[in-house]
Amino acid sequence: MKPIKIEICLGTTCFVMGGETLQNMGDMLKKKYGAKIEVEAVRCLEVCSSDNFSKAPYARVDGEVIGEASLEKVQAVIEKKLNHE
Amino acid sequence: MSDDVIATKKLKREILVRLIRAFMSDNFAENVRLIPYAMRPKGSEVPFRCCIYKERAILRSRTIAGLGFAMEDDDEATLLSDFAIKALERKTPEPEPLTVLQNACQGCPSSRVFVTELCQNCVAKPCMNACRFEAISQVKGRSMIDADKCKKCGLCMAACPYHAIVKTIVPCEEACPVGAIAKGEDGAAYIDKDKCISCGKCVSACPFGAPHAKSQVIDVLAQIKSGKKVIAMFAPALIGHLPCTAAQMRDAFKKIGFYDAYEVAQGADVTATTEAKDFAERLNEGAEFMTTSCCAAYNEFVKKHLPEIKPYVSDAKTPLYYTAEIVKKEHPDAVSVFISPCFAKRKEVLDNQNVNYVLNFEELGAILIALGIEVDTCQEQDFVYHSSKEAREFPLSGGVARSVQAAWRGSPDAIRPCVINGLNKATVKELKSYAKTGKCAGGNLVEVMCCEGGCIAGNAGLNTIKMALKKVSDYAANGDSLKDR
Repeated sequence: MKPIKIEICLGTTCFVMGGETLQNMGDMLKKKYGAKIEVEAVRCLEVCSSDNFSKAPYARVDGEVIGEASLEKVQAVIEKKLNHE
Repeated sequence: MSDDVIATKKLKREILVRLIRAFMSDNFAENVRLIPYAMRPKGSEVPFRCCIYKERAILRSRTIAGLGFAMEDDDEATLLSDFAIKALERKTPEPEPLTVLQNACQGCPSSRVFVTELCQNCVAKPCMNACRFEAISQVKGRSMIDADKCKKCGLCMAACPYHAIVKTIVPCEEACPVGAIAKGEDGAAYIDKDKCISCGKCVSACPFGAPHAKSQVIDVLAQIKSGKKVIAMFAPALIGHLPCTAAQMRDAFKKIGFYDAYEVAQGADVTATTEAKDFAERLNEGAEFMTTSCCAAYNEFVKKHLPEIKPYVSDAKTPLYYTAEIVKKEHPDAVSVFISPCFAKRKEVLDNQNVNYVLNFEELGAILIALGIEVDTCQEQDFVYHSSKEAREFPLSGGVARSVQAAWRGSPDAIRPCVINGLNKATVKELKSYAKTGKCAGGNLVEVMCCEGGCIAGNAGLNTIKMALKKVSDYAANGDSLKDR
């Protein structure tokens, strides 16, 4: 099975709007899901322009953008995907 | 930090970003007026309060504070657009850094100790035995506390084997180390500015985001826009609070429109050496102890609450003071702005002609968002002056004491640091006893920092303390030591 791709935005906007809590998220997810996922820290997902900055921080799971991202939210999407397949 | 506090911080930051974008637009006043409507447009969800109108009213108040005004300045009839114009006309910013949004304040129930239904009506009655004020009696098979007699000492809580007695708190009152914030007759919180040391602990503690900073962000951007030479002097804690290096930060400031940026760590080296000399002289004269003097909230505390300890406070000036002196010398025509992790520095600069404005980390973060500046793509621009390892660690608890030790040229055993890591009701008591007895059992060099963890834990920070500590320590590891200079 192809690993689920998790992208975590560590750009300035996401960082200032609460992304500080996401810095360790990659490690925590990797510990829990191991080879089932692939984690990448990215600079900007290009979704925070205009008014959308208020929904930062962002993450992306297999292309699905998650606003106001948190460990719980990202985990919920991963679980959903794992259970579907 | 709990999620509800993050939500209030996000709201404040969002408003700052919108304010800055309004300022950059060609219709500042009108776009400011629209902020509450842009954030809660017709028919939108109401995430926090009772209705959309209350949400907008509070967002309006937050915008007023973001423009630098106090809630006392608001008659509720003045349009936000008029406040925006008034902000632009302001020549000097207001002295008090904090205000409380009474409309955002929940009016928490007053703090009290009370017996819950977990009370087992036991035979031994340890609560009654523990109480020294005869405040506890038996009513309907349960212990009951007479609020008029209760002194909230907590002895009954500690004595109850069932943990059946609890104390409710008012978060802002509990957080304030000096009793400067309290509920007024209307139930909402008010700050007594004669007591307030501007530490901002109430700002971080309130889960409703009622205590609020009065920002100078528009004042600073207006200075830049007018074409003046504006120079940023950033606190060493900043390295821990943005995802980039110090050298990239210099470029980021230039991208914002600053003429240049200086590390306040440069001044910290001067503070450390001056303080080491001061300490040597004091020891020669037989002094029992000396306290540090770089924390602005501590200096306010000394002025307002403990003038008796003043003779023991080092005469060394703060890192900001020396940095601003250097900047003034190199750029006599410049407007200087301190980039601060906390609110108290606003008070420090009031009597310093060399510092014109103070922006905090949250406000700087909002500027970066509004201008779309990615700090980690900024160029590395090396500083002319290379700050020491110890100066870079100044914002860590214990860091100031270590820097004085590194600058110390006498016998190493002569310095015995005693670190006061955070001002709270307990450490305030301790400091009072040092002042009263003229002695400090814990050591002779007393480092005082108002925030637990040091300036990296300042109340206007962006990062978690743990991650900020790591980044600041990594940067410090690349510096050379004051010992070798």
